[in-house]
Amino acid sequence: MATETLAHEHHAPAISPARRFAMNRMGLWLFILSDAFFFAGIFVSRFYLWGATRPHLDQVLGMTVTIVLLVSSYFMYRAEMAIRHDDRGDYLRSILITILLGVAFMGGVVGFEWRTSPVNLRTEGEFAVYGAILFFMTGMHAFHVLTGVILLAILAYRGYKGHFSSRNYWAVQAGAIYWHFVDVVWVFFYPALYLMGTAVGPTH
Amino acid sequence: MPTWLRIVLGFLIGAVLGAAVFVGVRAVGGLPPLADDLRPLYAMAVFSGLVGLMLGIDRQLGLPRGLVGMATGFVVGILATVGIRSLMGLTPWDTESVWVVASFVAPIGFLLGVGALSDWLRWIVGIHTPDQHGPPPGKPGWFRYFGFDQNHKVIGIQYTVTGILLMGIAGTLAMIFRTELLAPGMQFLKPDTFNTFISMHGIVMIASILLGVGGMANYLVPLMLGANDMAFPRLNGFAFWITVPSAILIIMAIFFGGWDTGWTGYAPLSVRTFMGVNFFMIGMFFFGFSSILGSANLIVTTLKMRAPGMTLFRMPIFVWAVLATSFIQLTATQFIGLSFLMVVLERNLGMGFFNTALGGDPLLFQHLFWFYSHPAVYIFILPGLGIVSELLPVFSRKPLFGYRWIALSSMAIALLGFMVWAHHMFTAGIPNALRLPFMYTTMLVAVPTGVKFFSWLGTVWRGKLFFPTPMLFVLASIAVFLIGGLTGPPLATVPTDLHLHDSYFVVGHFHATMFGGFVFPFFAALYYWFPKITGRMYNERLGQIHFALQTTGFYIMSLTMARTGLLGMRRRIADYDPAMNIQNLHIIMTLAGFAIFIGVLIGVYNLVVSARRGEVAVMNPWGSRSPEWQIPSPVPEHNYEEPFEVVGNPYDYGLPGTAYVRMNGHEKTTAPAALPAH
Repeated sequence: MATETLAHEHHAPAISPARRFAMNRMGLWLFILSDAFFFAGIFVSRFYLWGATRPHLDQVLGMTVTIVLLVSSYFMYRAEMAIRHDDRGDYLRSILITILLGVAFMGGVVGFEWRTSPVNLRTEGEFAVYGAILFFMTGMHAFHVLTGVILLAILAYRGYKGHFSSRNYWAVQAGAIYWHFVDVVWVFFYPALYLMGTAVGPTH
Repeated sequence: MPTWLRIVLGFLIGAVLGAAVFVGVRAVGGLPPLADDLRPLYAMAVFSGLVGLMLGIDRQLGLPRGLVGMATGFVVGILATVGIRSLMGLTPWDTESVWVVASFVAPIGFLLGVGALSDWLRWIVGIHTPDQHGPPPGKPGWFRYFGFDQNHKVIGIQYTVTGILLMGIAGTLAMIFRTELLAPGMQFLKPDTFNTFISMHGIVMIASILLGVGGMANYLVPLMLGANDMAFPRLNGFAFWITVPSAILIIMAIFFGGWDTGWTGYAPLSVRTFMGVNFFMIGMFFFGFSSILGSANLIVTTLKMRAPGMTLFRMPIFVWAVLATSFIQLTATQFIGLSFLMVVLERNLGMGFFNTALGGDPLLFQHLFWFYSHPAVYIFILPGLGIVSELLPVFSRKPLFGYRWIALSSMAIALLGFMVWAHHMFTAGIPNALRLPFMYTTMLVAVPTGVKFFSWLGTVWRGKLFFPTPMLFVLASIAVFLIGGLTGPPLATVPTDLHLHDSYFVVGHFHATMFGGFVFPFFAALYYWFPKITGRMYNERLGQIHFALQTTGFYIMSLTMARTGLLGMRRRIADYDPAMNIQNLHIIMTLAGFAIFIGVLIGVYNLVVSARRGEVAVMNPWGSRSPEWQIPSPVPEHNYEEPFEVVGNPYDYGLPGTAYVRMNGHEKTTAPAALPAH
């Protein structure tokens, strides 16, 4: 009896893998719920400050980066399904395409939109806040895309090492859920920045 | 080498290194190595000396390693900013931007140093790390409390002790500025210092309350649910350790001019004031990570790790309260992070969110800020009210009156908390159309709160009451929270609020809610679970003295505050007109404040001394039905040897033959309370 007690003191009863999986999923969704509130706050700030107006932005660029990000979500889904069918080749291919599309999105937003938009952090006067909100919304979103890309790079590396399989794909699924979430945020941000309201302020 | 020599050497080496780094960083920034004011240099030397001292005691200690990591983070952040600025063709050294970037890097350095990220970093490259069980091999028992640990009880104690330390700092600041207010005119504080002290008193108290809530929740929730630990033990440790660099950042603000906005940090003042405001805001930003991740952890634990038979409506009422609190913390915290981030960005990058000249709007800050900070007060009070509901049946030997209503009233308060934020802005120039709905939603909060009061009365009614220290504190909580509750409606009603806004009446109101909703229940919980945590009893006589000082002191203080407010004293003001005839009231408030301060000191002394020398406690001194009292004290490493089963209602005290849990094959019927002899 004494040895048994000792054993119990040092080894907590293990949690079954299925339960661990359910707990992990719930934890992730709670994190995403929380993060959604952050983006909701930014979203509300945009309507508080811009109302029914928006800055003049490059419509072609906005549409392009949006399509790029949406397509990346397809490849993320494909990567998750591939690893759930133990298809490592397709997994690696799809996840690398996702990473490339994510980088292309960031390049489009930070590399092009930030350089070419008629409002930016140097805008003076009453339209300065258009630059501020534009950079804040796209910047915070791009930061999440960046963390997503880092996460996907880790997943790609570990997939390459053969750490994932149809029985062990939680990390991939978590990465996929996060990536889709960041994508969905952009689905709200894109119309709020590019489509809704009357375009005002400086032009190109 | 003998230990004492290592400690002395550690201190000396640390102090010299700290001073050298200080001078070196200034030199890199192109400043003269020694400033006119040498106090920051001395502070740095003493601080790093203490780090060295701790490393001298044991090189593996997590806390000093984290502090070294934090200092390294500062240096790296400063050097990186200087480098980037010179690459961009700007002047290399800009004090504010250099320190802002460094403040974002430093907490990461701390977490790396303390070891909070080690396991996760290994997971990235696919190395499996086992869960940690028990203290590190070959180290004394106290060792694990000063470093990264995964056990929820260790983390709970870390939260609680850090919370009490911060409470001490914030309370000391309060005593200083209350002494200043003894007479009209400025006595010994400069107005800016006074403003910094009131701001810091507010925010450090809030941090301490969040830590206290985290401490109670972390220690008790897994125990009450019958879980062996939290759902995510590493995340739990991370959530605690990120609060330490955050608190350090907030306190560091003192060395950078402080800030004078009060704890609310309203724009546009926060955009224009001293640069210390950056440290406060970035510190709170990182503190938010603890709230968010800790509450996600608690929610998953509560929903997924309950003992067999424990349906939601058989959970202990404290767990309900923590669940409600966690949902607020999980979501609303994002908004204070957001609003503070926007202020830091406006200060440093000129993004004019809150500047009307740039198209912004300062009211936006208030909306974002209060969307967190009003629900936040329910974060502070709900666990405390849960403690009151938890302990009252034990000391009344009667079932909790209206269990389901109490459980759901916490949820209702949490939900309503999201719909009342603009009542802080009645005088800020919001449209009239917004004032009325917010007045009514605010009044609605009185309904679920009233449910709680009604239940407490129903519980003690015709009970067999007995009055050890925890029960005294529970009764005081109710009495004090009642002042907070009754002073609420005049502030919720628009016409009276226009008169009372920003007066000492408000100060009296929220101190009563915070004391009744957190401080008194927190001490009740500390005394009540003290024998469970330490295996020893506290000193009953000292507990009673603590209770008497704190309760009478507080009653006098908060009622006098409310009265002074009605007579026209504004909050956050360093001086008052002698013609207002309120000096006597200020003297009363200050003396009452000192009574509370001394009472708390006695309480802490009692707990510290009793933890080592108190008489050994019996297993279940209060005759509680709760599962944690059916196992030995202190609780074994993994709580329950065998999972228990819930077979009844938690609070059926006084109903013969009923049991809440079946453990090791025995139904644990209510045991009589074994009171310590006085």
